[in-house]
Amino acid sequence: MDAGDIMPFIASAKTVFQTMLATDITPGRPSACPLVPSFANDVSGIIGLSGDVVGMVVLSFPGSTAEKVVETFAGAAMPIDSPDFSDAVGELVNMISGAAKAKLEGRTVSISCPSVVVGHGHKVQQPSDSLCMYIPFDSPMGRFGIEVALKESAAQSKPASEAA
Amino acid sequence: MRVMLVDDSKTMRNIQKNILTTLGIEEMEEACDGQDALSKVVAFKPDLLLVDWNMPNMDGLTFVREIRKSGNRTPVIMVTTEAEKERVVEAIRAGVNNYVVKPFTPDALSDRINETMAKAA
Repeated sequence: MDAGDIMPFIASAKTVFQTMLATDITPGRPSACPLVPSFANDVSGIIGLSGDVVGMVVLSFPGSTAEKVVETFAGAAMPIDSPDFSDAVGELVNMISGAAKAKLEGRTVSISCPSVVVGHGHKVQQPSDSLCMYIPFDSPMGRFGIEVALKESAAQSKPASEAA
Repeated sequence: MRVMLVDDSKTMRNIQKNILTTLGIEEMEEACDGQDALSKVVAFKPDLLLVDWNMPNMDGLTFVREIRKSGNRTPVIMVTTEAEKERVVEAIRAGVNNYVVKPFTPDALSDRINETMAKAA
């Protein structure tokens, strides 16, 4: 795995926001995790990856950004602690992860059903043995971030002589 | 025309419902997974099924295989994040008639619906 494997997640986030929210988002400079973000996470959508690549994708927002993003995506304002709000965030991280995994060349990857965490200032811990990159984004609705942790699965990592 | 929407995301079902409404479709049924859809499809008798792939309890592909086994030939459009060519082939082999990859524009979904129903006519 290398930092180039993160690029599909940047591209797919831009595509999802442009297609489903008619909104242009601007990626900032990716940096390695762990990172202290410039905003407190209030809402995070989390998806697991499995198959040739294992890992986790976390889409995180401060509360004010999350509310505006969800209202634009779902077409209606909703309380941040409501199931429908979490559903919308989950669907966003689902689409971003799904579109990105298709671009992980030559690798078969499945994604889990999404989970959503709501709570001021929470931190989602990424696996320590994975390549982890944080990508900040700017948008008309506010700032948010995507953390991507990836590693080759154990079967993919074995030399051919061992794998046979 | 009667359309059944099968997706575990209420947000996505609402987005699809809004698009269907602009197409003049008023009779819609919703299901939150393949199992739920199986329990409703016979009674509702849809003319078209919009089916997500990745869902809990029963995924969309398993649902499609089950209804095809029972002899149901209702046109199915898979609406999913699964974009790889192999996945599309797998879906077609299971009995899916058309495919829309998320994220999609309203026009993209509308075009697929019109295309699918024209072929089915």
